[in-house]
Amino acid sequence: MDQDLKIELGKQGVFVTTLEELYNWGRRSSIWPMQFGLACCAIEMIATTMARYDLARFGAEVFRPSPRQADLMIVSGTVTKKMAPQVVRLYNQMAEPRYVIAMGACAISGGPFKQGYNVLKGIDRYIPVDVHIPGCPPRPEALMQAFITLQKKIDEQHLTGEDRPRFLDEKAQGEFPVPEPAEHDLEPPSNPGVWSAPVVIR
Amino acid sequence: MSVAETKTEKLDGWNRPPTIEPGGEGELLEIAMGPHHPSTHGVFRMDVALDGERVMRLKPVFGYLHRNHEKIAEGAAYLASMPYTDRLDYFCSLSNNWAYALAVEKLVAQAVPERAQYIRVILAELTRIQNHASSIGFLIQEMGASGTPLMYAFREREKILDLFESLTGSRMMCNYMRFGGCRVDVSAAWLDAARKEVAGLPPFVDEFEALLTSNEILMARCQGVGVLKPDLAVNASVTGPLLRASGVNYDIRKVDHYGIYDRFKFRVPLGDHGDVYDRYMVRVLEMRESIRILEQALKDIPAGPIMDPKAKIRGFRPKPGEAYGRVEAPKGELGFYLISDGSPNPYRYRVRPPSLINLTILEDMCLGHNVADVVLIFGSVDIVLGEVDR
Repeated sequence: MDQDLKIELGKQGVFVTTLEELYNWGRRSSIWPMQFGLACCAIEMIATTMARYDLARFGAEVFRPSPRQADLMIVSGTVTKKMAPQVVRLYNQMAEPRYVIAMGACAISGGPFKQGYNVLKGIDRYIPVDVHIPGCPPRPEALMQAFITLQKKIDEQHLTGEDRPRFLDEKAQGEFPVPEPAEHDLEPPSNPGVWSAPVVIR
Repeated sequence: MSVAETKTEKLDGWNRPPTIEPGGEGELLEIAMGPHHPSTHGVFRMDVALDGERVMRLKPVFGYLHRNHEKIAEGAAYLASMPYTDRLDYFCSLSNNWAYALAVEKLVAQAVPERAQYIRVILAELTRIQNHASSIGFLIQEMGASGTPLMYAFREREKILDLFESLTGSRMMCNYMRFGGCRVDVSAAWLDAARKEVAGLPPFVDEFEALLTSNEILMARCQGVGVLKPDLAVNASVTGPLLRASGVNYDIRKVDHYGIYDRFKFRVPLGDHGDVYDRYMVRVLEMRESIRILEQALKDIPAGPIMDPKAKIRGFRPKPGEAYGRVEAPKGELGFYLISDGSPNPYRYRVRPPSLINLTILEDMCLGHNVADVVLIFGSVDIVLGEVDR
């Protein structure tokens, strides 16, 4: 719809919108994260919800302990190979539409502990991550930036067409395979549906 | 009761298995609390067996945050482990820095200048205050007061973190201390800001106490819950506020006089009953004592260098030998044990984490209590999983 006409109508007390915009506005204004802390970044996540940084401004202060009531999983901290199956299982239990923020260097890639034998080298090997925030740990401002980025991302989603969200795509993967501990590593070592090894072009 | 007396006493309560018999004819219900549980302070599992609401067995399951800290440190140079110590107990990175620096300084017989010692004391005590305030906040949150006391604690914590950030460049992971001193000097403006902050701390503790100490719900939930006997506490090598709440006078600042703690006047608060309420009270009183230390340190801090000019912080090879450095971290005795074989890396690097060892007696404190109190007792131990699993 023409933006100028919309503004003109708005001045006269007539608000016009599309179903898609209304739907996205509703979803992005009340992202409920899961109360789920893994390591150091969880403390910065808590600090973000507290008085100084006040995550409530984004409609996201309602941390739900149950994955079934949450829209957003903030993977805040190091994911070890012992914890990775639980993280994927929790993600599977969340209802669509669901989003993931990988908070901090550890959740992105293993971070400073990447050389360790027990550390998963990035949670995006198993579940689709929407926003990555670097930092060790990221400042609360960085987490708020991630929320703004996620809100923009939700705003740009269409109900139909190629870029429709995953839960409207019948062919998209709904349940993600939970890795199992095997002799040397987790089995499977990654989910090929969401992650593939980066190709280095020389 | 002193440590020497408790050792000679008969050891009650140490023998296992527990003596509680099931009351009803029903079966025991086994529940896995965690690793995703809103109250477990991170990723930790308690396998509890319940008879109705009563806890009959409790098995802690660790290892969900095992990040290979010790193994990585054995392959890295001495200085390269300093940032990793920040991530052990991520509430108190500066205490961890100090413990590690102390161990290496013992290993290479390195002296620390006066001014650096004062800076270390100031930072460690600020760390203690913010840790105790947040841990009380989390404890009350687990009692059901969702958010409000934690908001008060974090409001004060943010002010202390501002001081850390302006000095070290980072809010949480400070990586500040070096072998033989500190990384950057404090400015006069920083000291003024710290004095101002410390002057504002007693009203904060007063406000905190006015809200909580005689709160009826807090007293009803905490008093007589999770009692830890002093003999069991000593035998399980529990340290920190948990031990002192049981009435054992053991504070490494008083025992070891590491750093310059013998110059300051402060008391060691002790509990009478060893229950959750005493642990809360000991933490509040320790905050007050920390404020006293801070006032003295900020008054006396001398001018001078912050690094020993002869100190080597990079590329040094200590002579073969071993050293154990320990400090009174906010959660208990934090020690680093290093063995050097003459190479640039430690041959063995071992952390003695207070959180892990304080957690080993969780079952003894929880048996016979309701499952709702398990969360409370667990919160009163004050652990950080980064330090438990390392």
